[in-house]
Amino acid sequence: MAKRTLRVGYPGNYREIEVDSPDAEPAPWDADSKLAVVGKRSPRLEGADKVTGKAKYTADVKLQGMLVARVLRSPYARATARSIGLAKALKMPGVKAAIEVEKEARYHGQAIAAVAAETEAQAEDAVAAIEVDWAVGEHVVDVEAARKPNAPRVHGGKNPNERGGEAQNTATEEACVTALKKSHATVDITFTTPVVTHSCLESHGSVARWESDGSLTVWDSTQSIFGVRDGLARGFQLPAEKVRVVKEHMGGGFGSKLGMGQHSMIAARLAREAKAPVKLMLTRKEEHLAGGNRPSSVQRVRAGADKDGKLTCLWLQSHGTGGINGGANCAGPLMSLYNCPVRRLWHADVITNASPAAAFRAPGHVQGMFALESTMDELAGKLGLDPIEFRKRNDQNEMRQAEYGEGAKMAGWEARAHLPNSGGRHKARGLGVSASIWGGGGAPGAQARCVISRDGAVEIQCGTQDIGTGTRTIIAMIAAEELGLKPEQVLVKLGDTTLPFSHGSGGSMTAPSVTPAVRAATAAARGRVFEACAKSLKADADNLTAKGGNVVAKGGASIPWAEACSKIAGANVSEQATRAQNFRGYKDGTAGCQFAEVEVDLETGHVQVLRVVAVHDCGRVVNPLLAESQINGGIIQGLSYALLEQRILDDATGRMMNANFSDYRIAGPKEIPEISVVLFDVSNGRTNTGVMGIGEPPIVPTPAAIANAVAHAIGKRITDLPITPDKILAALGKK
Amino acid sequence: MSASKPDGLSRRDFLGVTGALAGAGLLAGKSTAGDGDNRPAAGGLGPDPVKFGLRVNGKDHEVAAEPRATLLDVLRDSLDLTGAKKACDRGECGACTVLVDGKAVYACMMLALQARGREIRTVEGLAKGEDLHAVQAAFIEHDGYQCGFCTPGQVMATVALLEKTPSPSGDQIRAGLCGNLCRCAAYNRIFDAAAAASKAK
Repeated sequence: MAKRTLRVGYPGNYREIEVDSPDAEPAPWDADSKLAVVGKRSPRLEGADKVTGKAKYTADVKLQGMLVARVLRSPYARATARSIGLAKALKMPGVKAAIEVEKEARYHGQAIAAVAAETEAQAEDAVAAIEVDWAVGEHVVDVEAARKPNAPRVHGGKNPNERGGEAQNTATEEACVTALKKSHATVDITFTTPVVTHSCLESHGSVARWESDGSLTVWDSTQSIFGVRDGLARGFQLPAEKVRVVKEHMGGGFGSKLGMGQHSMIAARLAREAKAPVKLMLTRKEEHLAGGNRPSSVQRVRAGADKDGKLTCLWLQSHGTGGINGGANCAGPLMSLYNCPVRRLWHADVITNASPAAAFRAPGHVQGMFALESTMDELAGKLGLDPIEFRKRNDQNEMRQAEYGEGAKMAGWEARAHLPNSGGRHKARGLGVSASIWGGGGAPGAQARCVISRDGAVEIQCGTQDIGTGTRTIIAMIAAEELGLKPEQVLVKLGDTTLPFSHGSGGSMTAPSVTPAVRAATAAARGRVFEACAKSLKADADNLTAKGGNVVAKGGASIPWAEACSKIAGANVSEQATRAQNFRGYKDGTAGCQFAEVEVDLETGHVQVLRVVAVHDCGRVVNPLLAESQINGGIIQGLSYALLEQRILDDATGRMMNANFSDYRIAGPKEIPEISVVLFDVSNGRTNTGVMGIGEPPIVPTPAAIANAVAHAIGKRITDLPITPDKILAALGKK
Repeated sequence: MSASKPDGLSRRDFLGVTGALAGAGLLAGKSTAGDGDNRPAAGGLGPDPVKFGLRVNGKDHEVAAEPRATLLDVLRDSLDLTGAKKACDRGECGACTVLVDGKAVYACMMLALQARGREIRTVEGLAKGEDLHAVQAAFIEHDGYQCGFCTPGQVMATVALLEKTPSPSGDQIRAGLCGNLCRCAAYNRIFDAAAAASKAK
């Protein structure tokens, strides 16, 4: 380990710290680093493929002799298939294989059987011909009904539907009651949030092909090629190296495509049975029924503050359902954002006969932040304090403190009491704020290889995946920075498990995990080029740099990059690096805050979000163009969650009633606000690049900021998401 | 094979096909008898594939497809034009948007047979060699996408908008693109790209 001194912090607030970084790695970039490529707005390298239709997604993969699969799904929320008759289906035109998947159905949409046929239409016909003898059981889909002692047990036997308890290191109920009694101002509000689906435009899906040597190749719309590989290897009891997973482009990944999905196993089983490649892409309806979802929440928040505006107690009692899965805990923000001497959490996952939840962009935080930041505004109101002032008094994060200042200026917070109004007394405007909080520091273990050929060609190989965040482009930018080249001169290979390992793209981990490995591998390969060409420059390899497309010696002598590479002995140099542990550094999480301005139509109850000001930090920003796109996307998904989305299950049948895009609405062009993004540049000294993730942070504060803006506009608080017109009108006493 | 007479079918035959489709419930791929016999009532076509012509991106193609096949399926499966995407398959998201006689249509909502004799344009036909269409170039410059899955549909909807309304206002851009969803939510930049492309013309 080498001791290195770095300048860390943010503009106007820098300090020097000493970190231990691996000897083999290049010196970490810090606030003083002058970079030529990193930090510039740079269009995506695969842009031309995406706008011409050349980019191939899993849905577009076409193989010789490939069959198409379709899945029979349970029409019942709880039923047992006494028998599954495949004989008729197997005799249908074009059908090559049919398999049984599962006999116990615990939710509407659970996969029961599947077929593979020559065409999609044939497969659909064959699915309709599968004969199931159903024994329909009792179901429960309503979260409150499922908690009752006499409710049908979703997992059978003595397993209770409610699985709850108090969190570790949490204050007692008594301590909370005492703290609240002593408080100057208190609130007690119950917030509710719905189940929402990921709704990736490219559905989950796989194309599976068994090779002649018994190995398996799978093209998969996944956020985790190695996760799918390991899942398939376990499923078929194969060594991991016998499974190859490929994903060049993928159409939307918001958490539900982490790890292996059941569809991948089904496609591979059918392919083995049919002795032909099989493609299985879920339909839109299947996506809604079984493609994952964000759990619901019921959050009772009791909170207090003293006369000085300091929090005295935060007490969260919550439950929610992730269907047949758990994972409904959403206490993260409440347990970590503010200073508070007395904090208590009791949470229960409630199991229901509904499709299993999956990770969804900032799991738990979106629900939790809505409740916490709504509570903060209510408390601020009771204390007679400005909402930002109240937050600042309880927030130790100096970055967020500074971010509030920037955002307030841009959002016109000063004029909050006198917002303009386009609709006279029929419309009301409001401005709301919310804090953000997330990790995003990345993880050790990601690997990258840099191969530099004699002709000067540079290739970065990294088994990560670009899920639309721009990973391919920022990898090329990091390598180009090290080599004094342009990003388009670097060929990036990713999305293939034959490449060096990288983690799944979840938790905003990809950029912070991958970039340090890419930088270290590139620096090592560059060192080999310097050694090869040092003689030609009559200089020591240690005294060479790569910049502006040349290799330059300390004295000023220089040769073009390609000429330097021509001195390589053999075909190429190749260096691999593994991402080290984070250094102690400056800050290990991201902060951020958002402001939303809304206009509420008091006659119709319609809420239009006019503008969002978003202030975020993610360490060193590799490419502002792409980082801003991530932030825009998070905000709009947050808006969609706040105002539009909810899965509706029918209590009587347990079926989803809105499994399409007409009845399950997601934000479209008419809902889009003006968005102003401020990227707060932070030198965090945590890795050799100092990059952090920005995929999740921007969705965290949006629903809360919108809810607070609506409350500001109409003087009533909506505590139940989504904020639909009927709830506005009811709050105004008009319904 | 010419566009005006792409194959041996008359317009009357074609109407017979669609009538049979509706009458025999062929869209769902089922016969009314429920005995596994998928043949429609007399006088129609199918269920076996029929041959017909399609004019796509200025070229004539002969395809063989079941009468129930949508334009989207035929473009993707028969002609290997996979730019247009199947994301909802029921006219809700716009990922399959192509131009038919200059108008943006959802290819999943039109039978391939209905597109006979008409000019079909897909995202694959926009660029001239290496030269991208102004809309395509603007999408790249303004980062008018993230995952890119809805992009071919967004690009075609933008092209259709600008061909009809060369200098759209901000509201006209939103209205013109309101049939296209983007779950990554690159909307603001799609609007920017549309505005920039209109100025580039």
